[in-house]
Amino acid sequence: MAVGTSPEQLPAVVVDNVSKQFRVPRERMHTIKERALNALKPGAGHDTFEALRDVSFSVQPGEFFGIVGRNGSGKSTLLKCMAGIYRVDGGQIYVNGSLSTFIELGVGFNPDLAARDNVVLNAIMLGLSPREARDRFDRVIEFAELEDFVDLKLKNYSSGMHVRLAFSVMIQADADILLIDEVLAVGDASFQQKCFDVFQGLKDAGKTMLFVTHDMGAVQRFCDRALLIESGEVKTIGDPQRVGNQYVELNFGRDIGDQAADEGERYGSQGAQVVEAWFEDEHGQRTTTLPQGKPCAFRARVEFREHMEHPAVAVLIENDRHHPLFAASTDVINNGDTGVYQAGESAVFTVSFENAITPGRIYASPWIVHRRGTELADRRPRMLSALVAGAHVSGGLVDLPHDVALERSGAGAQVHA
Amino acid sequence: MSAQPALGRPIRGPSALGGEFGRFVHLTRTLAVSDFKLRFFGSALGYFWQLMRPLLLFGVLYLVFTQAIKLGASVKFLPVVLLTSIVLYTFFAESTAQAVTAVVDREQLVRKIQFPRLVIPTTTVVTASFNLGLNFLVILIFALASGVEPHRSWLQVPIILILLMALAFGTATLLSALFVRFRDVKPIWDVLLQVFLYGSPVIYAIETIDSPEAREILMLNPLGALLQQMRHALIDPTAPSAAAVAGGWERLLIPGGILVAVVVVGYWYFNREAPRIAEEL
Repeated sequence: MAVGTSPEQLPAVVVDNVSKQFRVPRERMHTIKERALNALKPGAGHDTFEALRDVSFSVQPGEFFGIVGRNGSGKSTLLKCMAGIYRVDGGQIYVNGSLSTFIELGVGFNPDLAARDNVVLNAIMLGLSPREARDRFDRVIEFAELEDFVDLKLKNYSSGMHVRLAFSVMIQADADILLIDEVLAVGDASFQQKCFDVFQGLKDAGKTMLFVTHDMGAVQRFCDRALLIESGEVKTIGDPQRVGNQYVELNFGRDIGDQAADEGERYGSQGAQVVEAWFEDEHGQRTTTLPQGKPCAFRARVEFREHMEHPAVAVLIENDRHHPLFAASTDVINNGDTGVYQAGESAVFTVSFENAITPGRIYASPWIVHRRGTELADRRPRMLSALVAGAHVSGGLVDLPHDVALERSGAGAQVHA
Repeated sequence: MSAQPALGRPIRGPSALGGEFGRFVHLTRTLAVSDFKLRFFGSALGYFWQLMRPLLLFGVLYLVFTQAIKLGASVKFLPVVLLTSIVLYTFFAESTAQAVTAVVDREQLVRKIQFPRLVIPTTTVVTASFNLGLNFLVILIFALASGVEPHRSWLQVPIILILLMALAFGTATLLSALFVRFRDVKPIWDVLLQVFLYGSPVIYAIETIDSPEAREILMLNPLGALLQQMRHALIDPTAPSAAAVAGGWERLLIPGGILVAVVVVGYWYFNREAPRIAEEL
């Protein structure tokens, strides 16, 4: 198929101001009896849940477009609206070219039928005519490498064979526009690699593809553009790298929330208080995501309510399983001589460190003590949380600076060489 | 983005037919054939049991009526009459009872694929029709062996069958859409099927009812009228036609009207519900 993105060419998909509501009954009424009884009861009705609100975007022919969002953000609803499975309540969707939807691999597969029948059945479901379906049968089986099993009932297939068969039907469906929902989530690593290879091939063939996924790696690797959706609204459309980063932020930074609002647990005389705490990245920007292996800092603002001599400020960093990972305090400064503060004064406590913590969620618990450590002024357990982001998972809690070597020892080296 | 009129093919969401008649036909045929295959080849004796069900019921009734209560002794070709009406009733009962839960049973498809929703109830009727076709062959052989002679009125048989299928289709369509919202449609329909069994000349010949008014009332039921007409047309032209039992052909306008109403209302309701079926499941 020849593809260009000349301006006069119509977009492959146009989503124009689409809204979608679901009616959520307050009480599930599934029978005539319940309906009749409920008609007499006041207040029984349904709530409206807005799954999509004024979503607009367009996708050019030949473009790979990723749709990302958290669970329940409306991304699958959006895909189902484009596929024509749900009717939209507002706005309009237009497509140019044949369209195939893959919400799930192997929809309509029947375990009691042979692979041959299932392939034809599934292909017709996906929109092919029976003739086209039969014509493509050989290619489907060849791609799935299941030539020896065409007459085997599907229930006797292994799950891997099942997925291979379903995926190859999907590939051979040969639509101009593919709508794909999370199908990459199934299958083992080698199958996923095969999927990626196929997607690359589809991309080269000029197909348009929209896919919904959680896999930022796939989005950044394949998509020309991506859309981030949150609570039914478009947050960002654009560069997959940027959208991916925003998604990670959204996904993990969410429940950290606004610090001022987080009163939480608090102990001590309150003669001095930790009023604010935050993490900073290597550029001194406040952040809730700390890249693994990069310099960063924990900082806290302390306000003194009464006169204090040489208070000590400290912080404990724990992981989500309450393992202490790291602690730092002002005790190391000048033998603990931190100075004398009057009521009303404030200070900023800073711990700068090379982030050796392995990826995952971390919590910071700052505290202030005075009178040589005999009196607790303020302690705020797990006041602040952040996410260490990174790909290198060693299995330990921290990645200490280290070198690795493997050297063959002594005489054995000669003997076995 | 401005809403220009020609941005491409608009996606209108699911509907009963979806303007894709070809796809409707392909899908219905494929699903019906695979359903039929499953039943046919699902077990070694698959088709045998499909056939045995009406035959066994027929055997029991035949024994009861000819040996125990001798009600139908005067009815010409009673065995053939019983078998025929049982097969036709079984078709109606099977296609509608399966249609009730059909949309919910195929939830996977409905929620994951865009296709004309009407395919689902139509498939149950088509699958049952395959069965009816095979059973009808058995009836023909049995009738000829019993001494029934081919007659010009056999020309009515296909028309009666088509009307019966239309009745089953209308009912199936209505029930499958109703069940999505009202789950007690199933027990209700199971009871109504029993009402139809006794309210139509299925397990008895119409002459065994003494009161002519009662006979006329039975003919108001479209299923009853079709069964009676089938007996008249296929087996015994001397048996009263539906019009004769009803007391005049114009009285048949009522069951005819009911049949048309069932098809129209069934399609209308299904079409109205189709866009939302995937959400209601």
